[in-house]
Amino acid sequence: MNPTVQALLQFLQTWWVELASGFVIVAAVPLVAGYVVLVERKLMADMQARLGPMRVGPHGLLQPIADAVKLLIKEDIIPDNADKVIFWLAPVVSMTAALTSMGAIAFGPAFQVARDINVGLLFIVGVSSLGLFGIVLGGWASNSHYSIIGALRSTAQLVSYETAAGLAIVSGLLLAGSLKIHAIVDAQYQNHVWFIFLAPVAFFIYAVASIAETNRAPFDLPEAESELVAGYMTEYSGFRWALYFLGEYANMIVVGAVATTLFLGGWLRPFPNVHWLNWLDVLPALFTAAVGVYCARRAGKQPVAVQTWFMWGVAWACFAVAAILAVPLFVAPLKFVVPGLHGAFWFLLKVGGYIYLFMWLRFTLPRYRFDQLMSLGWYILIPLAIVNVFCVGLAMICETEYGWNRWVALVVTTMFTLGTALFLLHLHEKRTAAASSATGVTEQPAPQDTYAG
Amino acid sequence: MHDDATQKNTLLGADELVLNMGPQHPSTHGVLRVKLKLDGERVRGTECVIGYLHRGVEKIAEHRTYQQFAPYVDRMDYVAAVSNGLGYCEAVEKLMNVEAPPRARVIRTILTELQRIASHLLWLGTHALDIGALTPLFYCMREREEILKIFEKYCGARLTTHAFRIGGLQYEAYDTLEKDVERFCKDFERRVQEYVDLLTGNSIWIGRTRGVGVLSAADCIALGASGPILRASGVKWDLRRAQPYAAYDQYKFEIPVGTNGDTYDRYMVRMEEMRQSRLICLQAIENIPAGPILGKVGKVLKPPPGEIYHSIEAPKGILGYYIVSDGTTQPYRVRIRPPSFVNLQALDKMVRGHLVADVVAIIGTLDIVLGEVDR
Repeated sequence: MNPTVQALLQFLQTWWVELASGFVIVAAVPLVAGYVVLVERKLMADMQARLGPMRVGPHGLLQPIADAVKLLIKEDIIPDNADKVIFWLAPVVSMTAALTSMGAIAFGPAFQVARDINVGLLFIVGVSSLGLFGIVLGGWASNSHYSIIGALRSTAQLVSYETAAGLAIVSGLLLAGSLKIHAIVDAQYQNHVWFIFLAPVAFFIYAVASIAETNRAPFDLPEAESELVAGYMTEYSGFRWALYFLGEYANMIVVGAVATTLFLGGWLRPFPNVHWLNWLDVLPALFTAAVGVYCARRAGKQPVAVQTWFMWGVAWACFAVAAILAVPLFVAPLKFVVPGLHGAFWFLLKVGGYIYLFMWLRFTLPRYRFDQLMSLGWYILIPLAIVNVFCVGLAMICETEYGWNRWVALVVTTMFTLGTALFLLHLHEKRTAAASSATGVTEQPAPQDTYAG
Repeated sequence: MHDDATQKNTLLGADELVLNMGPQHPSTHGVLRVKLKLDGERVRGTECVIGYLHRGVEKIAEHRTYQQFAPYVDRMDYVAAVSNGLGYCEAVEKLMNVEAPPRARVIRTILTELQRIASHLLWLGTHALDIGALTPLFYCMREREEILKIFEKYCGARLTTHAFRIGGLQYEAYDTLEKDVERFCKDFERRVQEYVDLLTGNSIWIGRTRGVGVLSAADCIALGASGPILRASGVKWDLRRAQPYAAYDQYKFEIPVGTNGDTYDRYMVRMEEMRQSRLICLQAIENIPAGPILGKVGKVLKPPPGEIYHSIEAPKGILGYYIVSDGTTQPYRVRIRPPSFVNLQALDKMVRGHLVADVVAIIGTLDIVLGEVDR
C-alpha cells in the first residue's frame, strides 16, 4: 500500500473520535447560535411587550434557518477600496478562533474534542481572545471610518477586560489547583461546593469582564448601533457578516462554558455529593418532558396545519430526549451513559442561564461611553481583581497553614475584597465628579455674543 | 492610494478624521447629516448639512388657499401634527380677527396636550435607544399608540391628523372622548413611573447624560433655543403661560425648569412636562363647555391685507407662523419658525469636546424632527 495512504489511515484510526467531534462542533455551533439568537429575540420581545418573530414556523421556530438561507444567497459585496484579502480573511479568523476554543471545552464529562490538554482553560481563554484579530483586521480592511473606530474601540476594550477576566480566572484556578477542565470540576466535587460560593467576587468580575469581551451590551461599543452604525461590521454583508455574528455567539457560549466550568460546578448537578438528593437526577427528564407537554398543548392552537404538525414534531422530539435522559436511570445495563448525558444537560443548562443573564442585561441597561468603560475597567475591575486574587490566596494559606475554618477564612477575605470595592467606587465617584465639574457643569459663563449662530 | 480622500485630509491636521454621520444613520433622527471633525473619538468641530427633506412648504403656501395649506403644516413636525395645526389655525384666525368658540378651544387644548405627551414619548424612546437602552422605546410606543387611537377616533387619522379647522373644529368630539382621555391619563401616571424606574436612577444613564451637552441660559437665549432645552437651562419661559392661547389660561400647571442645562436636566424637564400635560388634560375634560365648534368664518377665507405673527409652545419649542396677506384667498407669504431648526443650531456648541457617543445623545436630547428642520 502507498505509504501516504497508510499514514493517513493510521492517522484516522487514532484520531477519528476527535475528528468526528470536531465536525459535530463545526456543524452544530452555527445551528445552536442561530437558535440562541431566536431565543434572544423572543425574550427581548417578551420584555418589550411584543411578540418577536412569529412568521416562519410556529412561534418563529424556523426563523434561524430562514435567516441563514437568506444570508447565504445574498449578494457578496466587497467595497472597492477594501483590502480584499484581509477583508475576506478577517471573519474567518474570528469564527475559527471561537470554534477552536470550543474544542477544549468539556460539554459534560464525556463530550470533549481535545481531551487532556494539560492547560485546558488557558487554551480556551487564549485562543478565544485571538478572535480579536478578526475584528481588528476586519475593521482595518473595510477602509471605512466607522469600521476603524469600532475596531480600535474593540482592541482597547478587549485588552483591558481580558486582564480583569484573566485575574478573576486566576482566583478560581487557585482554588481548583489545576488548569485541566476535568480536574477543575473534580475539585468542586471534592470540595462539596461550587467555586462561585468560595469566590463570589471573582465570579462577578468574570461575568462583567466576559460581557465586555464578547462585545455585548452594555459594553457593545465596538458595534454600537446608534453611534457607529455597526462598528467593525459596517461594511460586511451576507455570509461574511454571518460569520462575525456566529463568532460572537460562539464566543458567548465559550465564556459561558468557562464560567460554568470554573465557578458553577461544570457538569455537576446541584448537590452532587448528597445522596438523599439523588432524585434530582430525574429533573433533566422532567424538564424536557415539560417542554414537550407545552409544545403539544400549543400544537392544536396553531393557525396552519403544517405548523401543528411541526409543533407535534417538536413535542415528540422533547419526549424522545426526555426518554433518553430518563431510561438509563432505571435500566441497569445502560447506567454507564448517565454521567455523560446528564452532565451535558446540566452543563448546557448552566451555560444557558449564564447567556440569559447576558441577554437580560442587554435589554435593560443603556450603553457605557468609551471613557467610562475604560475607567470602569482600569480603575475598578482590575485593581479589584488583583486584591481578590491576593485575598483568595490568603484565605487558602490561612486554611492550610494555620488551620482556620475555610468558611471563616473566606468570609473574612471576601469582606476585605468588598471593602476594597467600596473604596474603589468611592474614589471613582470622586474622580468623575471632579471631571464633570472641570468639563462642564459649573462652566464659567463666557461673555455672550448676542448674535451667535 | 485614495486620492480624493488624501486631498480632503490635507485641510485637516494629520491626526484628525472626518466622520460623515448621516444622512443614512440609525440615530440622526431622519436625514440629518453631521460632519464631525474628530481627534480620536473627541469631537473638534461639527457641521450640519440639512435640506435632504426639503419640500418647499413655505413656497407651496403661496399657491394654496388658507384652508388648503392647513394639511401641509402637519407634515412639518410629523410626530406632533396637532400642535402644528393649532399654530397655523390660530395664526390665520388672528389674521382674520375671528376667535374659535370656547368649546373648540378646550378640545384643541386637550388634543394638543395629548400630542405633546405623544411627541415626548417618541423622544424618550428614541433618546434612550440612542444611548443604548433598547426597552423603553417599546414601552413608549405602547402608550403613544393609545394617544394615536384617540386621534384616530376623533378625526380618522393618526399622524398627519389635520384635526382642526380655521375658526374652530371640523368635527364634534365623539361621545367617549372624555372617557378615553381619562382612562389614558389614569394609566399614564403608572407608565411614567416605569420609565423613571428604568432610567432615572440608572448609574449608566446618569453617567451618559449628566454634564453632557451643557448649554447655559445665556447660550440658549443667544442661539434662540426654546422649549424644554431653554427651560432645562433654568429659564422659565413657556408660551402657554407667557402668552396664553387656546384655553391654557384656564388651567393650572407647573413649568418645570432645570438648573445645569445638561442632557439629564432636559430629560427630567420633559418627563415632568409629560406629567403636567396629563394634569392639563384631566382638568380640561372635567369641564368641556357646550356650544358651537366653529366660529363665524365663511366658506371662502379672505383675510384683510396685513401681516401677523403668532407663536405657540409646540412640544419641541416655540413654533411661530408669520403670514402676510394681500387680501386674496391665498397667503402672499408664509414664514415658519420651526423649533427644531433653531434648536439644531445649538448642536455645535454642545458637542465640542465631547465623544462620538455623546453626539448621538445630544442629537437625541435636542429632539429634532427633520421634516420640520428642512420643511
